Amino acid sequence: MSDASLNNASFENEAQFGDYFALLKPRVMTLVVFTALVGLLAAPVPVHPFIAFCAILFIAIGGGASGALNMWWDADIDAVMKRTQRRPIPSGRVTGDDALAIGLTLSAFSVVFLGLATNWVAAGLLAFTIFFYVVIYTMWLKRWTPQNIVIGGAAGAFPPMIGWAAATGGISVESILMFCLTFMWTPPHFWALALFMRSDYDDAGVPMLTVTHGRRSTRKHILAYTVLLAILAIATGVTSAGGPLYLTVAVVLNALFLKGAWDIWRRDEDMSEADNFAVERKFFKLSLLYLFAHFGAILIEAALERFGFVWGFWV
Amino acid sequence: MSLTREHELHKRRKSRNIGVGLTLVVLIMIVFGLTYVKVTRGDYEPIRAATQQGNSN
Repeated sequence: MSDASLNNASFENEAQFGDYFALLKPRVMTLVVFTALVGLLAAPVPVHPFIAFCAILFIAIGGGASGALNMWWDADIDAVMKRTQRRPIPSGRVTGDDALAIGLTLSAFSVVFLGLATNWVAAGLLAFTIFFYVVIYTMWLKRWTPQNIVIGGAAGAFPPMIGWAAATGGISVESILMFCLTFMWTPPHFWALALFMRSDYDDAGVPMLTVTHGRRSTRKHILAYTVLLAILAIATGVTSAGGPLYLTVAVVLNALFLKGAWDIWRRDEDMSEADNFAVERKFFKLSLLYLFAHFGAILIEAALERFGFVWGFWV
Repeated sequence: MSLTREHELHKRRKSRNIGVGLTLVVLIMIVFGLTYVKVTRGDYEPIRAATQQGNSN
């Protein structure tokens, strides 16, 4: 091998800034940013716009840092799964040690700066979220139990609580309801993904429900959790976190979501393979809209209340 | 091998260096902005600090 070919190889594998940014899982970050923003803006305490911007930025960085630590720990299974093979570590562009250093540095940075910008309750919640995602979910539950998604989902459910705490300095019924909504939404969302990305989890040996309990059982679990989620989501509509607009959105979307879960439950593997898991894919896409629409409705309800709008017929 | 200004290492790491540079500039702006907002709001004046302490407890 000549020097020139060595140089070319190293050039192709040279980490660019985008590779380091990819460690922060930017797509997951969108969900974190959006739900945290709703938590912050829905809170009854107004926050200075620049402090609100910084709070959301630090929460996003904290979420990204936990993503980097997740990639550092899971590099071995990421290399096996098709969906994750091109991530910076398995593709060889970023070393595991670099990811660890970036993850730890950004974790400390985000927690300290959130504490300084807002309050230490929010910072404490962010620190706990990072700990929960990295240690409890990634290091412990993910490779040990098929309930990994259920319990680990709590990590993704904390951002609205952190946003709320950043504004109010505390925790309340509304922020807990927002937490519960994301928490209950996570299992059907990921199990639908596991149904149509099945070889990935099988190959990596991750004990997803599809691997340990079978695909029939996973379909039952999706339906059961969707029913529980629908009850929670619609009940939230009659609490202080909801309102008529939220309730309308919740009723419509939960009806669609229940229909999707019902269709998944009724199908068997032959039917799913015949149309390349069309129903499961549709349910997964709907789950994204579901969460954004629910949180969007909470945000609009809070904004209307802030501007003094009262639904005349709503007691 | 001398590390001149034209060395290919600079080309290779251009995006990384620009990214790190911009990140540092943004960090400075954020720290400056936060300090400005907190000082002009009077967060560090004794009366307001005491009120905030009382609210958070």
